Amino acid sequence: MAPDMLSMSSQFPILVAIIPLMAAPVCALLRGRNAPWAFTTIASAFAFYVSLQLLLTVASSGPISYELGGWAPPWGIEYVVDLLSGFLLVLISGISTGVLLFARESVVKEIPTSQLGLFFAAYLLALTGMLGICITGDAFNVFVFLEIMSLSSYALIAMGERTDKRALTAAFQYLIIGTVGATFYLIGVGLIYMMTGTLNIADIAARFPEIEGTRPILAAAGFIVIGLAIKLALFPFHVWLPNSYTYAPSIITAFFAGTATKVGVYLLIRFIFTVFGVNYSFTGLELTDILLPLAVLGFLSMSAVAIYQTNIKRLLAYSSVAQLGYMILGLALASESGLTASIVHIFNHAIVKTGLFLSVGCMFYVVGSNYLKDLDGIGRRMPITTFGFVLGGLGLIGVPLTPGFISKWYLVVAALEKGSFIGYGLVALLMVSSLLAVIYIWRVVEVAYFRDPPDGAEKEEAPMSLLVPTWLFILGSFYFGIETSFSVGMAKAAAAFLMGGA
Amino acid sequence: MSFGFFNYWVFIILLMIGLYTVMSRSNLVKKMIGLSLFQISVFLFYISMGKISGGTAPIVVENITDGAAPVYSNPLPHVLILTAIVVGIATTALGLSLVVRIRESFGTIDEEEILEMKDGA
Repeated sequence: MAPDMLSMSSQFPILVAIIPLMAAPVCALLRGRNAPWAFTTIASAFAFYVSLQLLLTVASSGPISYELGGWAPPWGIEYVVDLLSGFLLVLISGISTGVLLFARESVVKEIPTSQLGLFFAAYLLALTGMLGICITGDAFNVFVFLEIMSLSSYALIAMGERTDKRALTAAFQYLIIGTVGATFYLIGVGLIYMMTGTLNIADIAARFPEIEGTRPILAAAGFIVIGLAIKLALFPFHVWLPNSYTYAPSIITAFFAGTATKVGVYLLIRFIFTVFGVNYSFTGLELTDILLPLAVLGFLSMSAVAIYQTNIKRLLAYSSVAQLGYMILGLALASESGLTASIVHIFNHAIVKTGLFLSVGCMFYVVGSNYLKDLDGIGRRMPITTFGFVLGGLGLIGVPLTPGFISKWYLVVAALEKGSFIGYGLVALLMVSSLLAVIYIWRVVEVAYFRDPPDGAEKEEAPMSLLVPTWLFILGSFYFGIETSFSVGMAKAAAAFLMGGA
Repeated sequence: MSFGFFNYWVFIILLMIGLYTVMSRSNLVKKMIGLSLFQISVFLFYISMGKISGGTAPIVVENITDGAAPVYSNPLPHVLILTAIVVGIATTALGLSLVVRIRESFGTIDEEEILEMKDGA
């Protein structure tokens, strides 16, 4: 081993996954109200720092390959950081850290103090899984990290039972559906291994052209796409998501809304563009014909369903499924600009939705309910929080100067490239969906500002430790809505890399 | 329909039985049984995939007398499935402990009864 291999920065790729993984069992041993939280936050912040360093390295000197245990790929497991995975690493660890800043006071109300150590241990494991999925270059390793993430998220969602016992059934439902999805993915990887004899993603991609017409590969592609569609809650495989997000503890909803489904989208992009290749995915498999209608149906129907919700978390959860439709629409367009739109929207939606769920978390902290009927006049009782929610809502709708506008702008550009009929149709449907978003955000605004607070309700703002992280995300979303060079620049470069690598 | 694909038929049939059980049963424990069957069928798929007819366990044989290199079965899928078995056990354990908590909170482990309760609430 060369001496420079021993330096700290050359070990960064493994550190990203190892830090939260090793921190988890230690965290489980910690007791008290603050120790587990502080420890988790430090671990997450360190992972964020390492991710940033990795992304900077990749941006300046190209993809990094890391051999686990010194075993050269394709025999050993390889960790790969390229622009897309580096971008996702920064996004996930950043959101995790931001949400954790919010967590200290929020969890005290929702989780028994004696379980905080275990709660944060599960949180760290979920973070490990997400970061691991992004960084690994091995298809089976992806499955392992996927299950680490999923198993800990089932447990985390079930922790919401103290507030509402339906968290248990939601977690159980997610466990059943999530396991079916992950197992489908496993079958797909098995079929690919049968045909190629390798599990290394780059190696599979290199051998793929020889075998791409065969029937096992067709079956493998089917299993993997459906399995991942279940994991990322693509319409109509989304049934687990609204229940889970509604009953999970506030910070868990905020964390997962920004990260868990995004990881699924990342995997789908990785398989469609890197493993299967653009050619096979869109001419051999004709994925556009499958994904495009599902995406359109998804964002239309789910935006409409969101309007009728009585629980604000469930409303936002349905809106998440709709927004996932935009991301899938982008990649289903099978063009560089479509893929750019998709990646930009992963980033933008993650920030906006996390900010929104955090402001809902503030309301829950004070009011103790997520139902619209209990939030009458909340705009006058908690003006700062509610104003943050409204600003986030504008981002969701896609008003200019917000990140939602940037995403939709790129989506519209990509759709128009498709030419006359389909292009204009898609643009029209995007407009309809945005108008539906106006309606469901307006429902909250109406409750918040145009109804009188219940008698005796005092004006009571959430504590600063909740408000500051919430506003961090809300203001951050505006920053990325105006100064787009980071998000769009990264997305463009990543999309060009993925299309060029095909 | 050739007999040579016998192992894949077994895998697919078990897979479908498992999936059907998950979807058709309202008892949560039976759902977990179906889910386990569903996962185990995939283990069989992987394990049988690594087998080569006439292949032996992948252990280095010394002093080969007849000069022919031994045929080894592929051990890698077996190793992979060890990991997947651990994941399967963790899933089952977590699922069953959720069922226990559901029983404590709702007083039943029947999905339909739980749904009725929610509507009433």
